[in-house]
Amino acid sequence: MDTLIDEQTQRGRANMQAPQSYLLHLADNALVLGQRNAQWCGHAPILEEELAQANISLDLIGQARLLYDLVARRAADGSNEDSYAYFRDAPQFRNYTLLELPHRAPLVGYAQGDLDYAITITRNFLYSALMAPLWQQLSQCPDADLAAIAAKSLKEAAYHLRHSRDWLIKLGDGTDFSHGRMQAALEHLWPYTCEFWSQSELEQQASALGVDGQALRENWQALLDEALVQATLQCPPPAQGYISQGKQGVHSEHLGYLLAELQSLARAHPGAQW
Amino acid sequence: MTQALPQAPHAAAASPEPAMLARIWQLLEQVCDPEIPVISLLELGVVRDVRPSGQGWQVVITPTYSGCPAMSQMADDIVSTLAAAGVVAQVITQLAPAWSTDWISAEGRRKLREYGIAPPGSRPVSSSRTLRFMPPAPAAQDVPCPRCGSSLTQETSHFGSTACKAMYRCLDCREPFDYFKPY
Repeated sequence: MDTLIDEQTQRGRANMQAPQSYLLHLADNALVLGQRNAQWCGHAPILEEELAQANISLDLIGQARLLYDLVARRAADGSNEDSYAYFRDAPQFRNYTLLELPHRAPLVGYAQGDLDYAITITRNFLYSALMAPLWQQLSQCPDADLAAIAAKSLKEAAYHLRHSRDWLIKLGDGTDFSHGRMQAALEHLWPYTCEFWSQSELEQQASALGVDGQALRENWQALLDEALVQATLQCPPPAQGYISQGKQGVHSEHLGYLLAELQSLARAHPGAQW
Repeated sequence: MTQALPQAPHAAAASPEPAMLARIWQLLEQVCDPEIPVISLLELGVVRDVRPSGQGWQVVITPTYSGCPAMSQMADDIVSTLAAAGVVAQVITQLAPAWSTDWISAEGRRKLREYGIAPPGSRPVSSSRTLRFMPPAPAAQDVPCPRCGSSLTQETSHFGSTACKAMYRCLDCREPFDYFKPY
């Protein structure tokens, strides 16, 4: 869009700027999950869910655009939102590994083809339950631009949480078959949520912005516990072993394919306008 | 404008060209939402401010949803409508405070209803406190059918044809309808 972001309304508090790498982490999370979920376009199990996933992707990609645009304006080096979305390679992306995984568990007999909606719903739930409280905290942060984006994104994340929670409960507390698939999806994705809590430079940056990591984790767990009980799903025990490091640029093999699809057009026609 | 929008003041009293300013606001009344062509951008509450800038004017708008594809169309429509009247304008996007469906005017709500879209109810409880449990889905009687007025309605899908709508059906007149979600 050929517009500028205006200077923010006075918020009566000291303005500080969030580190660019933290903004990119937030943006990459939104872009990668938005792109991943858009895969359902034309393939969703029912029409209503087709609309839902497309709309959720639209919100997420919108959030990513606002954040990339903010990063580009602050960098003031001639870059724009497209530079970040289309012209960085996988190791430069700072999204959680969870968000780039395909819509299927590995080698499961019950997943139909390549797309398992149980994975989609469970991942959306795990991510929205993190982001709703995080956006809520960031909406109070001293970076006025980020706070404005967070206040906007909070409304969207809360709605995504409601959607995924409803389906989590409907499918978890559904038939034996749907229950089994939801439990398997949860167990497959669960270890990747460890990355939400492992310590890195990003968590220090969040903390400097006033994010209370402990409260965030308790909030996330409370949202999970409440929904999982209703869904009759078992919360897996704390995961042991390897902790994914997508937020530090160490990704699974899946991100490369996702980015190839996302970026090939822009890279074939750099600077193209229409 | 039919009524002042809460929190969206356009009080540019100190404007050097009050007559021109009034004319621009009048022109903006004709710019409609690209997806819901019965409601103007003013009634939708997305126009925040109009102010002089250099040789031309700035129109400040606020996005509805972060990724709403209609936003760039709105900006283009504003620029071209004003250009047709000889006004050079630039559209500026402002995020804070975030747009809310509470800013849709009473006239806008009436037009939505007549068009067959149930206007948004009041927003969910303020999110200033810790978000711990999801609020229950709004009760059916919160969304009266825009055709027959019955309060016996049911949500059929959280998401609809655009980012701002959900899908409902009326259990009395049996008609499906769109609901403009409170946001």
